[in-house]
Amino acid sequence: MSDFAVELRDVVKTFQTPEGGSVNAVDHLNMKINHGEFFSMLGSSGCGKTTSLRMIAGFEWPTTGEVYIEDQPQGHRPPFQRPVNTVFQNYALFQHMTVAQNIAFGLEMDKVPAAEIKRRVGEALDMVKLGNMGKRAPRQLSGGQQQRIALARALVKRPKVLLLDEPLGALDLKLRKEMQLELKNLQREVGITFVFVTHDQEEALTMSDRIAVMSHGKVLQIGAPVEIYERPNCKFVADFIGDTNFLEGEITVAEKDHLIVFVPKLAGEVHGMGESEFKVGDKAIISIRPEKIRLSEQHTFNQNCFQVKITSSAYIGSDTRLEVDANGVRLKVWEQNHISTLDPRAYHHGEQQAWVTLFPENALVLPAE
Amino acid sequence: MLRKLRESKPLQGTLLIAPTLIFMVGLLIIPLMLTAVVSFGKRNSDGGVIYTLTLDNYTRLAGFSTNCDSGAASCFDPLYVNILGRSLTLALQTTIFVILMAYPLAYFIARSSPKRRNTFLFMVLVPLWTNFVIRVYAWMMILRTQGVLNGLLGAIAGVLHIPFAPLDMLYTPGAVLVGMIYEFLPFMILPIFTSLEKIDNSLFEAAADLGANPIRTFFKVTLPLSMPGVIAGTILVFIPVMGTFIVSDILGGRQVILVGNLIQRQFLDARDPTFGSAASLILMVMTLIVTYFYTRKFGFGEEIIAV
Amino acid sequence: MNPHRRAPLVLVMTVLVYFFLYAPIFVLITYSFNSSKTNIMFEGIITQIGPTKLVDGNVVQSPCGPFHWFCELAKNAEVINAAKNTLTIAFISTICATIIGTLAALALQRYNFWLKPFSEISLYIPIVIPEIVMGIGILTLFSQVFGFLNSSLGLTGNTRLALGLGTVILSHITFSVPFVALVVRARLSGFDQSFEEAAMDLGANELVTFWRVTLPMLLPGVLSGALMAFTLSLDDFVITFFTNGPGSTTLPIYVYGLLRRIITPQVNALSTVWILVVFTAVLLLQWLQNRESKA
Repeated sequence: MSDFAVELRDVVKTFQTPEGGSVNAVDHLNMKINHGEFFSMLGSSGCGKTTSLRMIAGFEWPTTGEVYIEDQPQGHRPPFQRPVNTVFQNYALFQHMTVAQNIAFGLEMDKVPAAEIKRRVGEALDMVKLGNMGKRAPRQLSGGQQQRIALARALVKRPKVLLLDEPLGALDLKLRKEMQLELKNLQREVGITFVFVTHDQEEALTMSDRIAVMSHGKVLQIGAPVEIYERPNCKFVADFIGDTNFLEGEITVAEKDHLIVFVPKLAGEVHGMGESEFKVGDKAIISIRPEKIRLSEQHTFNQNCFQVKITSSAYIGSDTRLEVDANGVRLKVWEQNHISTLDPRAYHHGEQQAWVTLFPENALVLPAE
Repeated sequence: MLRKLRESKPLQGTLLIAPTLIFMVGLLIIPLMLTAVVSFGKRNSDGGVIYTLTLDNYTRLAGFSTNCDSGAASCFDPLYVNILGRSLTLALQTTIFVILMAYPLAYFIARSSPKRRNTFLFMVLVPLWTNFVIRVYAWMMILRTQGVLNGLLGAIAGVLHIPFAPLDMLYTPGAVLVGMIYEFLPFMILPIFTSLEKIDNSLFEAAADLGANPIRTFFKVTLPLSMPGVIAGTILVFIPVMGTFIVSDILGGRQVILVGNLIQRQFLDARDPTFGSAASLILMVMTLIVTYFYTRKFGFGEEIIAV
Repeated sequence: MNPHRRAPLVLVMTVLVYFFLYAPIFVLITYSFNSSKTNIMFEGIITQIGPTKLVDGNVVQSPCGPFHWFCELAKNAEVINAAKNTLTIAFISTICATIIGTLAALALQRYNFWLKPFSEISLYIPIVIPEIVMGIGILTLFSQVFGFLNSSLGLTGNTRLALGLGTVILSHITFSVPFVALVVRARLSGFDQSFEEAAMDLGANELVTFWRVTLPMLLPGVLSGALMAFTLSLDDFVITFFTNGPGSTTLPIYVYGLLRRIITPQVNALSTVWILVVFTAVLLLQWLQNRESKA
């Protein structure tokens, strides 16, 4: 059994720009994808995630570096010789064939006998819960249904790896959320490695076993959703995933479990923790998420407690989102609304004075950039 | 990848284009080159070609004839230059008339409701698809001395008690012009229609919103946006008119001789393929030059040949 | 909102132009019922049905009644032969031109090869030169080549190379291919490559992808090109005029020949039939288009 389902080793992909220059869409990428995992590549457009996916599929070839599928280097192999299948963003269902013929296409290419094709197509349709749609034409189906047919068409071939290129992008919000869960369950059922590309971080967090956050052709961090969210390794990742507050400063104490950063704007020290190596005098950034900050009427006699003025508050329903001002530093604070009450005094409002506590275990110290 | 796969296989591309090249080179390029070669030749007594290198045909075309009435060694006979000039003039006149007549009709169809539009288009397509020769014959019937038009005019004159002598319409340059206009009108209607149809209604609304009255809207919005159609139509009309010989043959008789007739006669009656080839080459060069400068200034009017 | 839609100028011109377009056709059709054999003036419709009788050059009685000239047409072997030739040439040249033109469109749109610029230019030439130039060029080629081959190989009689159906078909293919290539190429340039990628992803190699995905999706464009080639061939006069020989007369050539000799209402009858066929064809086409846009 191979080590990894898919591996990209030092892959570079260079494109020529219309103006005559060249740009690295993928820049010395290293990625190892495990068997049976739901692996997402997350980033904004142009980060190289789609290009990387296409290089696994065989629609693009690396300029340098190598793509391995089940430890086999793929070189310049065309897509029809690779044991992977793709679900396209626009579904790419063959308009001149029926739904059943679409699904059967890949099996025909494998020279599967007709009777077995029929059986497997039926199974595939049942798996995506569209059992009686076989004879329809693709354009008669809704977007969500077409998406599932595209999925069935790819899965019926039992590929080692399924590649999905922002497949949920064209669906409306409610449908998208439904499909996210369905896809996740499907993946667990079928047990195939899924490589999923998206720009929607919530989507990635919901579905993935591991996420690779990408920017400008490079992988910034790979990890489980909780790792990416709670322990981003750089400012970009901390900022890209979810919401966060940044405080810039300089390391004054750098011990094994104990970091202190002097933040000039707050005119005070902030205790925090971090994964990286720091020396006294290094510049650093503290990242603390809004839901982790505690707001109180009075000083809580903890470390990292600062007086603030509340500048704005927005009632979202499940929580209240506040902006506070600490000595000129703007912080975002989210408070969950635990108690159901209409009493205005239970909610914070603007112009109030309060105290925020930044618990050291929630204050992540990151290297400055 | 598909690009990559294919770009690295020029052989495949070459194989695909091979049959086309065989036809284009064999039945287009080589014939044209052969025409050029023949044009520098001399005719032999059987009407065949003697392959030499002489500019006789071209000098003859330019008017320097060695067959002078006054008995001089050479004189200027503008016969052929006139023919070329006549063809150019006719092409220009036809084009202008056709644009003036086609535009309102194309406009009408383009701004009709989609349901009616198909019917109106259909009505333009029927004459277009009816054969060239038949349509010319129709005009012959109309313009004859005892033809329909004279009959009609005579009847009207009779009713109004005006003396009327049948008009000599056939076998005049006017008849040829009318015939040309009739032949090529649909070729101008369709491209203009296509480009007018593409103009979004919201552009008219925007112009009105900004204070333009219908006339200014036309000149500032409609006309410029429909130019690609006019240009494409002009190319579709001008080039064929330059080379037509049927219309002038049937409706112009011996009176109206265009370059096309000249060439046709050389190959059939006078049996001088060398002279005919020279005339043909001049025609082609003239057409290419005019087309080149025209498209340089105006572009190709990328309205595809809308069937 | 149509600022000029109802402008009197537009409406008047529209009516006049439509009248201009259809008056000659109307005249043609009317005269096909003319009882006068010389067809110079309209002498009225043939009213009596019976064996053919002529009075002063007018047909007053005919077994086909008013449709006398149509019946004559049906008996005219030359016309039937010309019609057969026209259709044969059109079908064969269309099939060939469509295949060749489609391959050319694929080559030009998707590949880079040394002869590409040359090919593109050569495909534009037939569109920008007058037909007569191309016609006499081909005539010159055939006459010189045939003359040379005939004399050097001593061909005579049946084996003698001469102008005929073959030469006409070849020249029709030549002027049709650029149009087919143009139409198919336009179709190809808007083609979404993700369908082909999907096919390859599912295991189809390039040939299979082309045959089962690309071509079926390209078919409307290819058919469009074929229709264009068919129309061009059916209607062609100039090039056929210079490349045909005895026995390969087409309908347009035949009519032209008649016009220079005797003109009887039979010519009109032929024209009427032709117009009716065109009318039906355009009607059919519109109906098909409507059906396709509804689906």
